[in-house]
Amino acid sequence: MALTLASVQSAHSGLEVFWFIIIAILWSGYFVLEGFDFGVGILLGVLGRDDLDRRVLINTIGPVWDGNEVWLLVAGGATFAAFPNWYATLFSGFYLPLFLILAALIFRGVAFEFRAKRTLPAWRLAWDHAIFWGSLIPALLWGVAFANILRGVPIGANFTYLGSFFNLLNPYALLGGVTTLLLFTLHGAVFASLRTTDDLKARASQAAKVLAPAATAAIVAFLAWTYVNAHNAHNTGLVPPLVPILTIASIAVVGWLLREHLDGWAFVATAVGLICLVATIFLNLYPRVMVSSISPAYDLTIGNSASAPYTLKVMTIVALIFTPLVLLYQGWSYWVFRGRLSRPAQPGPVAPVAGTGFDTSPLTESGTS
Amino acid sequence: MKPPPDGDADGTFGPNAQGAPEGFIMAMTLDLSRWQFGITTVFHFMFVPLTIGLALLLAIMQTAAHRTRKDAERHDKWDHMTRFWRRLFLINFAVGVVTGIVQEFQFGMNWSVYSRYVGSVFGAPLAVEALLAFFLESTFLGIWIFGKGRVSARVHLASIWLVSIGTMLSALFILAANAWMQHPVGYKVVGNRAVMTNFWAVMTNSTLIGSFLHVLFSALVTSTMLILGVSAWHLLKDRRAGHTPQQVFATSAKLALVVGAVAIVATMFFGDNQARIMERQQPMKMAAAEAIYNTQNGASFSLLTIGDLSGNPIFQIRLPHMLSVLADNNWDGPVQGINQIQAKEVAKYGPGNYKPILWVTYWTFRIMVGCGILMLLLLAEGLWLMRRRRLEQSAWFLRFSVFAIALPFIANTTGWIFTEMGRQPWVVYGLLKTSQAVSHIGTGYVVTSLVGFTAIYSLLAAIDFGLMARFARGEGETDDHDDEPEPEPGDNRVPALVY
Repeated sequence: MALTLASVQSAHSGLEVFWFIIIAILWSGYFVLEGFDFGVGILLGVLGRDDLDRRVLINTIGPVWDGNEVWLLVAGGATFAAFPNWYATLFSGFYLPLFLILAALIFRGVAFEFRAKRTLPAWRLAWDHAIFWGSLIPALLWGVAFANILRGVPIGANFTYLGSFFNLLNPYALLGGVTTLLLFTLHGAVFASLRTTDDLKARASQAAKVLAPAATAAIVAFLAWTYVNAHNAHNTGLVPPLVPILTIASIAVVGWLLREHLDGWAFVATAVGLICLVATIFLNLYPRVMVSSISPAYDLTIGNSASAPYTLKVMTIVALIFTPLVLLYQGWSYWVFRGRLSRPAQPGPVAPVAGTGFDTSPLTESGTS
Repeated sequence: MKPPPDGDADGTFGPNAQGAPEGFIMAMTLDLSRWQFGITTVFHFMFVPLTIGLALLLAIMQTAAHRTRKDAERHDKWDHMTRFWRRLFLINFAVGVVTGIVQEFQFGMNWSVYSRYVGSVFGAPLAVEALLAFFLESTFLGIWIFGKGRVSARVHLASIWLVSIGTMLSALFILAANAWMQHPVGYKVVGNRAVMTNFWAVMTNSTLIGSFLHVLFSALVTSTMLILGVSAWHLLKDRRAGHTPQQVFATSAKLALVVGAVAIVATMFFGDNQARIMERQQPMKMAAAEAIYNTQNGASFSLLTIGDLSGNPIFQIRLPHMLSVLADNNWDGPVQGINQIQAKEVAKYGPGNYKPILWVTYWTFRIMVGCGILMLLLLAEGLWLMRRRRLEQSAWFLRFSVFAIALPFIANTTGWIFTEMGRQPWVVYGLLKTSQAVSHIGTGYVVTSLVGFTAIYSLLAAIDFGLMARFARGEGETDDHDDEPEPEPGDNRVPALVY
């Protein structure tokens, strides 16, 4: 039973709807941006045949991964401020998966910085593993989390999560996890093919061609199952059929675009696919923010989860002023780093930087080299 | 590993539930959650002050290098300084960032009752922090690390200033959230939650102004003590080997002494300012810092106590009237005692124990102040030696400076433990008790995350310390091409692989 737009507008204040949209946008941005750097991290060992390859790959995302991750932090902060009940139930209910995601993001973040700081092969290898698992675990678990939010978890009165960790590991949610994992990996492969040259580019492109059919199959299966769930629950939300169709079409067309050497368009397609996937989930959720599997009466909705109107007003003003500014400078940083990276013809000096690192300086005495 | 059984369906299960098994589980969950919050936050704050302080000092160094670009010798010196300290900054920055991610989510994970209650007020500065500060520092740090030669020298310089501004904005907003927990303003209680009524009041909280400046200057002290100590290590080594002291480290030490001396005085000034505010807003914390049991006029300041804090010490040293002067700016000013405040709070908030753990507040306060005084003396001595041009020769001063690197970290940690433990039993002073704020989650989950976070953070701290020590000694091996000539403008194939 689809809700009409008129009944929606009368049921909720404009600001609540506005912040629901903002949070959907933040998650879309997070999936599109951190999605490709997760993908590059997952493919590090597959595409990178040696240390230098892997360094080139890491450097394609080096300047931007941290800024990409901020989209997650803003989504978290915005949920806390705009929908405290959603923030509280989601993160205390999904406690262990969130702990695993946080642990993975911790290792992954320091790995980028620490990896280059020693030349020992075992050291490099250990951080390569950290980057791989640190990218794979969140790529999988974000899908599991969103599938559960939409499918419904045992939420009782007073927004209390009554399930356990194992309630979250149902087949539908695991399919959701595999779907985001494949989509992010594909997205990362396409990104890598855009930002590298020669053999690396060829391998990235090849990986993307292999991944594209698998990702397409996953997204078709996931969205079909989502539709069946929504149909059975007599709540298909507000999803215009165009959105899930566009999701599938964007991912399905990637393989063809790659064969036609339209790499840039292939990246646009994976990005649009991810945005439409998030849009499908949020439109199906609306006006709910978390579904209770016990009773619709216990659903968290934008109405019963929202913060005070004054808080929403203040946050709206801040967001309207600063978001364009942020988009502008983050976009500019992507422009600065738009070029392709290639393997240096000669690997750089791997010798220890002796002394203070300034041995050539006329000002210092190189006493320790 | 199961969450607390039933009881929730009718909403009676909660912090006030009397049932023995549930009560026991909740008490365990509460204690473990508190340990987890304490451990993760203390770890996080080992790295944060260094990030804030070093970002500003690097911005200053790079500005000096930029300004002297026509004078090769002076330019080289500042440029080398920037590049040396930058490595330490980046190693430290990474750990600060990743430990910060946990902070954004663990209110919801372990303190969901708190999150529901305060989200409307407390969530706002957190969201604004992420939007205004985190984007700024992460984006421009990327430009700063990778952008040399790809953006103009001016833009490159501007980017480190923007990183520095980002770190300070971050401190401002997170401290605004903390100040509200110490002294809630700009809100009203509607139903069962606190609702923001005035964002401006939250951002101009009297507690915030003092604590922001106290934290900002103590961050500068932290980074200058690191620069001073590492420089001293190199100067000592050169002295022992009979080399002329390296200019880079002689200049770094001097810069650290000047900035550090100003910053330590400012830190103490705003700390003292906070003490006066605390005496008005949280008298129990002040009394607990001093272990003063009964209200007195012209209260003395206890320097240290051996034995029992409850009034029968074996040995103690006290400075007459000093506490009254500190707290009230008045020789004979009254300082309230724990017993009187307890009685007042019982009358105001109902029966209960409103005393924090005294030995914790008493000793953390003393250790913080003691470290501050030691740093003040050291920096003053250093300035004097610098004036006499004997800095590079004073072996004992340099040796002490190396060990003194630990002092700001001890002071930062004990300072926060004092502030947060001294507010107990409240999580939001006068509004919500910590025992009521915890999530209704199974103890097994919290044990898992507590053990996990502690293990991960210990590992990270050990690796971070090892790397910092290597690079501080100048023994770091790396193949990042930081010292290579810059690429031609317009060359988009980046030959320098920074990571």
